[in-house]
Amino acid sequence: MARRERPVDVVLVGFGWTAAIIAQELTDAGVQVLALERGEFRDTVPDFATDTIQDKLRYAVRKQIFESPERETLTFRNSADQTALPMRHLGSFLPAAGVGGAGVHWNGQCWRFLPQDFEIRTHTEQRYGRKFIPESMNLQDWGVTYDELEPHYDRFEYLCGVSGIAGNIGGVRQPGGNPFEGARKRGYPLPPLKRSASTVLFDKAAREAGFDPFPCPAANASKPYRNPLGVQMGQCTYCGYCEWFGCGNYSKASPQTTILPVLLKKDNFSYRTRCNVTRVNTDNTGKRATGVTYVDVDGNEVEQPAGMVVLCAFAQHNVHLLLLSKIGTPYDPTTGRGVVGRNYAYQITSSVDVFQKEILNPFMGAGALGQGVDNFNGDNFDHGPLGFIGGGYIALWNTGGRPILQHYLPEDAPTWGSGWKKAMHDNYLTATSIATHGSVMSYRSNYLDLDPAWRDDYGSPLLRLTFDFQPNEHAMSDYLTDQATKIAQAIPGATHHVKKRDGHYSIVPYQTTHNTGGAAMGADPATSVVNRYLQSWDVPNLFVMGASVFPQNAGYNPTGTVGALTYWAAEAMKRYLKNPGPLVAA
Amino acid sequence: MNARLGTAITLTLGFAGLCVAGAVVASASTSARTSPGPHASVAHGRYLVRAGDCMACHTASNGAPYAGGRAVPTPFGTIYSTNITPDPDTGIGRWDGDDFYRAMHQGIARDGHRLYPAFPYPWFTRLSRDDVRDIKAYLDTRAPVRQRDIAPKLPWPLSMRSAMAAWDVIYFDAGTYQADSEKSAQWNRGAYLVRGVGHCSACHGDKNFAGAVDADHPLGGGFAEHVFAPALTGGKRDGLGQWSEQDIVDYLGTGRNAITTAAGPMAEVVSQSTRYLSKPDLRAIAVYLKSLPDPPQQDIADADATVMRHGAALYLDNCEGCHRRGGTGETGAFPRLRDSSAIQAEQPDTLIATILRGDTVPATDADPTGLAMPAFDKRLDDGDIAALTTYIRQAWGNHAGAVSSNDVKDLREKLHRYPN
Repeated sequence: MARRERPVDVVLVGFGWTAAIIAQELTDAGVQVLALERGEFRDTVPDFATDTIQDKLRYAVRKQIFESPERETLTFRNSADQTALPMRHLGSFLPAAGVGGAGVHWNGQCWRFLPQDFEIRTHTEQRYGRKFIPESMNLQDWGVTYDELEPHYDRFEYLCGVSGIAGNIGGVRQPGGNPFEGARKRGYPLPPLKRSASTVLFDKAAREAGFDPFPCPAANASKPYRNPLGVQMGQCTYCGYCEWFGCGNYSKASPQTTILPVLLKKDNFSYRTRCNVTRVNTDNTGKRATGVTYVDVDGNEVEQPAGMVVLCAFAQHNVHLLLLSKIGTPYDPTTGRGVVGRNYAYQITSSVDVFQKEILNPFMGAGALGQGVDNFNGDNFDHGPLGFIGGGYIALWNTGGRPILQHYLPEDAPTWGSGWKKAMHDNYLTATSIATHGSVMSYRSNYLDLDPAWRDDYGSPLLRLTFDFQPNEHAMSDYLTDQATKIAQAIPGATHHVKKRDGHYSIVPYQTTHNTGGAAMGADPATSVVNRYLQSWDVPNLFVMGASVFPQNAGYNPTGTVGALTYWAAEAMKRYLKNPGPLVAA
Repeated sequence: MNARLGTAITLTLGFAGLCVAGAVVASASTSARTSPGPHASVAHGRYLVRAGDCMACHTASNGAPYAGGRAVPTPFGTIYSTNITPDPDTGIGRWDGDDFYRAMHQGIARDGHRLYPAFPYPWFTRLSRDDVRDIKAYLDTRAPVRQRDIAPKLPWPLSMRSAMAAWDVIYFDAGTYQADSEKSAQWNRGAYLVRGVGHCSACHGDKNFAGAVDADHPLGGGFAEHVFAPALTGGKRDGLGQWSEQDIVDYLGTGRNAITTAAGPMAEVVSQSTRYLSKPDLRAIAVYLKSLPDPPQQDIADADATVMRHGAALYLDNCEGCHRRGGTGETGAFPRLRDSSAIQAEQPDTLIATILRGDTVPATDADPTGLAMPAFDKRLDDGDIAALTTYIRQAWGNHAGAVSSNDVKDLREKLHRYPN
């Protein structure tokens, strides 16, 4: 018999970025909020202190800052005719466990999606015709527009102290910024990070290739910054330990460095760590959530009643909980009916390694220190003759020069021994890499469901991921890689090594932690799990946050859009709390 | 530093706290207040109790508020704070106003035994009778807690409370604060707070072998809880000479200003005490402190060039990320080290302790962040920290005495023995 805790107004599953924002907003609105986190509490000091965190073996290689597959994992296969097997090591993506979530170990690459990204189906049909869209592709509008999200992007960027140069303020092009971006009301809160030698190199070459480079938006503070909540951040030191590490200098935006100093002092907020939520409970109608059940560190089952439930866990965990809780209709790939687990998408990446003579000192880096071009993102270019949908950015990121994992060697370099050492010696300071970062659309054949064979520690079925890259994505990524190669070719005296993303998706090598979908948002309950306010169509007092609501993935890192959608949803939740019920009629 | 070992720590509790008080001086800025209602008296009492930081000493770690039992290590032995909740048997529930006033004013308990001056009656004696009444009125509203006091662990003859009578004769003059008519009401209010309930010199004053503060130079800097509370006098280098009145108001109100951030015990004082003071009271304190004279400076020898080079390298590797090149700090985030009175304090102990155990800036409503510095005790050895602190105290135009490895070793051992 589960222990029953005292009811709260709102319970949040997870305590990362989205939970911190929702908690801050709803406690301001006067309700009592509880966050349940499966991991531990972590803070800048002592957990990410500069004499502790800069340990690449412990964190980047042995992955001690991420979720542990021995506690929580999923099964994987490329297609429905295969048998999925459980992942026993982390690979292609690295979800977090612990307070702050992946907001602790991200790079800080904080983008806005393009206006067309949110209306991609309408836009594509208008420009290229309905037949342009492959039949297997679940191309969907989001149900929310860029203009509606603009103030919320702004809030997230000012929360984080994003460093960058605006490209479009109120429809007026700004010199030095991204000429393709949607109109913003005002510029970034901080000027761009200082450029490194490699980003200067990229900038020059990209211009020579005829593209429009700009400093990528960075949630790494280029100057000391006090955000609108009064929380103080320090200036980035370019230490090169952003991605897969917590920040020791209060410079990278995370829940810890932007919200928690204020949130944790509130009387109407509390959190519990080491609580693994296993179910969202509903009443006998199935139309109303009554709270959640979790398992505590001692293995006790605990029921936490709540007036409202918000799923703030990592993308696939939110979907897993919906499936386990039998909320919404599970997606059936054979009929194409059902929605929970549908629209899973990811990111497709490639790179062009560059070998040249100039000393670049790659170790002076920051997670989002990069120069990019957006000429081939979204529909910024004519897709008509190309025959694919989507795009991505091309960028040179100087995230750091950690020798074990962040080095580039020519194709013919030996992989071990003195020959490898010599190649490292000859290339470490001068080699760099240009990355492409492409969108992935949603397809009938890519989805999440419950595995029929494998179960987790709590006796529940594991989540099963069925996913592969489709011809549209390969065509897009190859095209993007060709454009990146043009930039590499414009670097004087350089040789390069093109690394296209060939063949089937492999879940083993790290790519990005940009897993999206499975609980898509939208205007139609037949193709979405949550409405445009991220409210469950089926259970109106349940909301789903994070990238799990993306109907498909755009060519950018997701966190900026996740932050904007969270603020957008928080406003809707405040309306809901005053007048409960569906915010959109089904 | 070693030369002062005998006087290093006073019997006085190592917490400065500012208390505010008084009908006599308060009436200068507010209307004359003869007979406040019970609510006003309790509210004013709460203000004074916070200003005096009574809770800091009278509450054990994880203990019930004001129930006492906090161990206070002194060079003479360990003393335990007492239960000042209104519990009739174990607290001060049976004390009447006169009993309480006698304790505050003369250092004598209800049953007639002498209190040790770890309880800051040498300062509280300056409080007006009305202020003491209000403090009692507030304490009477606290939840009574049944918790017996713990007997002090002191060697003979200090273990005999009657010995304190002799101490009182030599070092203690009872007497309410007498306003200086030559000075402004604001100055007098500041003096009343600093020298009375605030008991600032308990930490910021030099103590003699008997633990009594040097009455002639009460705010010239002193030891408290193994760290050095810097001079509050007018020294441009190591005192408040470079601070404006606003700097003092900011520091006490928020734990930070353009020059430095509160560290060590003072961080606790700010977060539990001074940040609750009214702006006019903070301003009055600033006016009083800024009137203190600039004492003559001692000659400081330049440190050895090899040590400075070693220190500079350590600074680059360990400190420069936050405190920046040239020790400029980051405005609003990390304190500057150049031109800092805290860094150039007469004794380097606070700087050494901060490096050894790290520190957290107090979080206040105005400044909620509580930025923290990690501990470097495992990363840097005694010689490293000596070179580093010597460098920081003499680089960029700073000019303060060099630090030896033994200084660091002593402090490391003390902090290890009495961790916070």
